Amino acid sequence: MESLSNRKKVLEQKPMTFMERLYLPSIFKGLAITFRHMFKKKETVYYPEQQRPISENWRGLHSLKRDEQGRERCTACGLCALACPAEAITMTAAERQKGEEHLYREEKYAAVYEINMLRCIFCGLCEEACPKEAIYLDGPILSADYMRKDFIFGKDKLVEEPLKS
Amino acid sequence: MNLFYLIAFLSIFFSLLVIFSKNPVYSVLYLIVTFFTFTIHYILLNAQFLAIVNFIVYMGAIMVLFLFVLMLLNLNQDSEPMKSNLIKVVGVIAGMCLLVTLVGSVKALNVSDPVVLKNPDIGLVKNLGKVLFNEFLLPFEVSSLLLLSAMVGAVLLAKKDPKKA
Amino acid sequence: MELAFIIEKFALVTVIFLISLGVAAYSTLAERKIAAFLQGRVGPHRAGPHGMFQPLADGGKMFFKEEIIPSESNPILFIMGPSLALLTACIGSAVIPWGQSMVIGDTVVDLQVADINVGILYIFGVVSLGVYGIMIGGWASNNKFSLMGAIRAASQNISYEIAMGLSIIALLMVTGTLSLKEIAEQQHGFWHNGWFTWNVFNQPLGFLLFIICAFAECNRTPFDLPESENELVAGYHTEYSGFKLGAFLFAEYINMFVSSAVMATLYWGGYNYPGMDLVNEALGSTWAPLVGVAVLFAKIFLFIFFFMWIRWTIPRFRYDQLMHLGWKVLIPIGIANIVLTGVWMTLKDILF
Repeated sequence: MESLSNRKKVLEQKPMTFMERLYLPSIFKGLAITFRHMFKKKETVYYPEQQRPISENWRGLHSLKRDEQGRERCTACGLCALACPAEAITMTAAERQKGEEHLYREEKYAAVYEINMLRCIFCGLCEEACPKEAIYLDGPILSADYMRKDFIFGKDKLVEEPLKS
Repeated sequence: MNLFYLIAFLSIFFSLLVIFSKNPVYSVLYLIVTFFTFTIHYILLNAQFLAIVNFIVYMGAIMVLFLFVLMLLNLNQDSEPMKSNLIKVVGVIAGMCLLVTLVGSVKALNVSDPVVLKNPDIGLVKNLGKVLFNEFLLPFEVSSLLLLSAMVGAVLLAKKDPKKA
Repeated sequence: MELAFIIEKFALVTVIFLISLGVAAYSTLAERKIAAFLQGRVGPHRAGPHGMFQPLADGGKMFFKEEIIPSESNPILFIMGPSLALLTACIGSAVIPWGQSMVIGDTVVDLQVADINVGILYIFGVVSLGVYGIMIGGWASNNKFSLMGAIRAASQNISYEIAMGLSIIALLMVTGTLSLKEIAEQQHGFWHNGWFTWNVFNQPLGFLLFIICAFAECNRTPFDLPESENELVAGYHTEYSGFKLGAFLFAEYINMFVSSAVMATLYWGGYNYPGMDLVNEALGSTWAPLVGVAVLFAKIFLFIFFFMWIRWTIPRFRYDQLMHLGWKVLIPIGIANIVLTGVWMTLKDILF
């Protein structure tokens, strides 16, 4: 059939010449190529000690942020849990008592805040939903563990280190 | 001499096992061991070349092919068709004939003097080669013709009839 | 048989056995390192400096893993397979001359376990036995993939043995002896009477045939069809685990070591090196042979490196290509090589 686009190329398969059928020249060529690779720069990144630079829109483990005075930003509004497509986030809200103003910024705070990391798909919708800019997915990747219960991260693992003054 | 009796016992023992084992694969494996004892016999007789040829050709090639075929067939008692009584009777008669012949020939032979080789080193490669290619050149070449004819026959059998195909 | 003789041989056997095990163990590390280097990686480097203890870690892992014997398998043969593979791999090194005779005090110590006058044929026989371990193990696993691997191994070994024998016959026509010791002695030095003494310069085609067949007999890439991962899962050792799997892998590396030693001895001058007469005079006959041993080992390591280099460069053959190469290419070339050698030797006799 005639080609419509007129771009069809008919590949010609010539019978191999004697040198090609010997295969040895091409084998030695291949050997030379691999041998050259021995002296090239190694691509290996020695992972735990040395880490690749991560991109700006990288989404890793969550962290609950503090404000500039070291108070937790989260007000337990539940928008992140609502936005979460994987239903990974649960929380219990509590009222801020007198004398806790240096701990929590808002009058209501999350007494319990848990993310099930086995459910989480790291989509970043909680980050977008948060009105208080309290949750960010800026951590490292999830590390392996032995028990399912160890993948439910509570506030002990999520909340940022307190500010050092 | 003691070594000879030990090896002779072992070769008879293993050849009996070849006959009496139910599983054909075991039979072949025992046959390999039997051939190995034969190799030791040759070495005891100072026939190194024969020993090593027995080792390479029988143990290393022919028995591998035997094993190869048996493994592919995967014979066991379920798939083995029952032998009819006629075959059993014929087998017994043939075996008896062989036994009678053997006994008769043993009786006909005199017990010879302990074998004293004229040249004890006849089994070494160099001497064997000289004998084969000087004194016995014609029989040697004729036997190679025999092998050639066998090979041609095998090719003929294996090749398909061009008319039928 | 005096006691001293037995002790000497026993010590030699033990040393060779330990060395071949050690070389095999460190070949596993070398294989991973070389694979890494050829692919722009660094390879194992956590266990010890530059991963020096990786073989120990691997060995420990192999030892402590669970030994699984499939319920429908044939347990006796299942255990016999890897044992036989390891055994046949180890006995090959008995006839290799590791160096010149050492003179210690009054006694002369041969650095060779057994100088039998059919040395090459012995190695040949041992190589042909090597396939039994694989076949028995593959059949006893009662697994279709294992059986396929075993059968491939058998047919491959038998096919390439013929070409190997033909390449050796041409070599024997040049050397005129089957004893490895004499072959090594004939290649003394490097240059004699205006030509190289090493056999590879007399038999380049034969060496090419031999090395191809050695690759095939060791089941190394590009001839690793019996254990090809992506067609046959793992071929004959699909069902194996723990130390029995380790025995199979170990046997492969020992085979590689022995065949490298055979190639070095037959074609590349064995323990001989250029200018060895000067060294012999300088060091005396006690220490000079050890230099020869070191040279032989350097050659062996070069060959092992070559084995690995090929492995990480060339892809695997298809099965029909393998058979085509073995029967229709290598065997005719082997016969042609014999004829050429014969013609050349006759011409040399007439002309010179």
